[in-house]
Amino acid sequence: MDNYILILFAGLQTTIQDLGRKGFRSYGVSISGAMDKFSLILANKLLNNEEGLPAMEITISGPKILFENNTSIVVTGANISPKINDKPIELNLVYKVEATDVLSFGKLIFGSRAYLGVKGGFKTEKKLNSYSYFNGITSKNIVEKGDRLRIANYNSEFKITSSKVKVKESHFKENRLEVTKGPEFYRLSKKHREILFSKKFEIDNLNNRMGYQLKNKFFIIEKNEIITSAVIPGTVQLTPSGKLIILMRDCPTTGGYPRILQLTDIAINQLAQKKTGNKIEFYLK
Amino acid sequence: MGSISVLIEWPQKIDNLILKDITLFKSVLQPEIKEVLLDAVPAYNSLTVFFDTSKIKYTAIVKNIKEIYKLNNQKLKITSKLWKIPVCYEDKFGIDLDEIAKVKKIAKQKIIQIHCNTIYDVYFIGFLPGFLYLGGLSDKIHFKRKSKPRNKIIKGSVGIAGNQTGIYPRESPGGWNIIGNSPINFFDINIETPCFANSGDKIQFISINKKEYTEIKKQVNEGIYLIKSETYG
Repeated sequence: MDNYILILFAGLQTTIQDLGRKGFRSYGVSISGAMDKFSLILANKLLNNEEGLPAMEITISGPKILFENNTSIVVTGANISPKINDKPIELNLVYKVEATDVLSFGKLIFGSRAYLGVKGGFKTEKKLNSYSYFNGITSKNIVEKGDRLRIANYNSEFKITSSKVKVKESHFKENRLEVTKGPEFYRLSKKHREILFSKKFEIDNLNNRMGYQLKNKFFIIEKNEIITSAVIPGTVQLTPSGKLIILMRDCPTTGGYPRILQLTDIAINQLAQKKTGNKIEFYLK
Repeated sequence: MGSISVLIEWPQKIDNLILKDITLFKSVLQPEIKEVLLDAVPAYNSLTVFFDTSKIKYTAIVKNIKEIYKLNNQKLKITSKLWKIPVCYEDKFGIDLDEIAKVKKIAKQKIIQIHCNTIYDVYFIGFLPGFLYLGGLSDKIHFKRKSKPRNKIIKGSVGIAGNQTGIYPRESPGGWNIIGNSPINFFDINIETPCFANSGDKIQFISINKKEYTEIKKQVNEGIYLIKSETYG
């Protein structure tokens, strides 16, 4: 018999994610995958899963979930006050849950995205070699109230051996994001460059899985478009109106704005844990 | 461009010769670095190569790519396909044809004829899954993007925006002027290669009437429609 969880309440933006959809970009298909890959991999490692198994990505406000079968779970990433049957649980620590147990979340303490891993991973729809939800690829693009999501059958022989892991605070608190120069970096003047690496930029409320727009106006440059070319998660685009957009995991495969910086993968994971109003700085690797 | 991909750029222009060079280079490169290659994504004047960082280092792959480009055999001929894409330009679908005809002072029939008489180059696929970037639209029917985009453009819509023409592979908001609709799928999630066309291929539009549209649509839904194609070049 297949095992399931039932969604009693969906939360703000809850999806299923793995490490993304590789090899289909030349058809225009985004990579997708966990916004904070570090926390997804950690969840899988703590459960002794393969590191890329699909987990649930939970954003700012969490869902309420009923377990229909026994399994083991772990919550990593942001602290959204997770509870089992209303009793607070710790992050990064594996818990056994039984049929009829309820996982819920509360106040956001730090970070922005939490990951719920289950033993053996989620067994939802797999399209183009990935479980990552994406509009037009998977039949669902968001977890909704009433959804029953299949999870791996529980293996009672699995023993909880891992102890609690402490994640460095910098993963959530670091405001300096590591970057390399983008292909159109050369279009910036000396003054632009100085400001780019000394200014604090504020995250606008236009931030989601596609990208984070920065609130401060940067500079309007003369050659403000490029012939449509590749973009990837972490690409920092300078728009014709002088604003900076940092592309994230669900970004399109191509774009037409100058690509002035490129975030490293670590920096993308760190940015994924930030939200509206947080301030960031860029520094060259 | 980052630690997992290498961006290879050609001169900054949209040019058929660049398309040929990129397509050729891609076909030479792919088998050479097959073991470490995750994806090779062409655009108008670039090829972005994604590789497995657990198998090769950035500096090594760059050196490798440069050597392969030097070897690049210009005599190697690549054959491409010419795809015949059925489009119904009737009033039900060609909702902006009247506007273009009025402003351009060209009869609707003439616009359709111009649109169908061109063989377009598929430069690459981007923006949305299955959205083909086509080159070659006749300047007689260049038409500026709508100042106010529509909230909903239906799947299969064929549009014109500036010097570009293209097909919406799925429902989407958009500012293109819509001149017709194609009943075929440009992106099919249930097939291993979800797009029939590749960069370097050619496209020609074939005008069909409403009756033929309905018949083709029915065949597409049953999974028995075969897109007509021929070898080109």
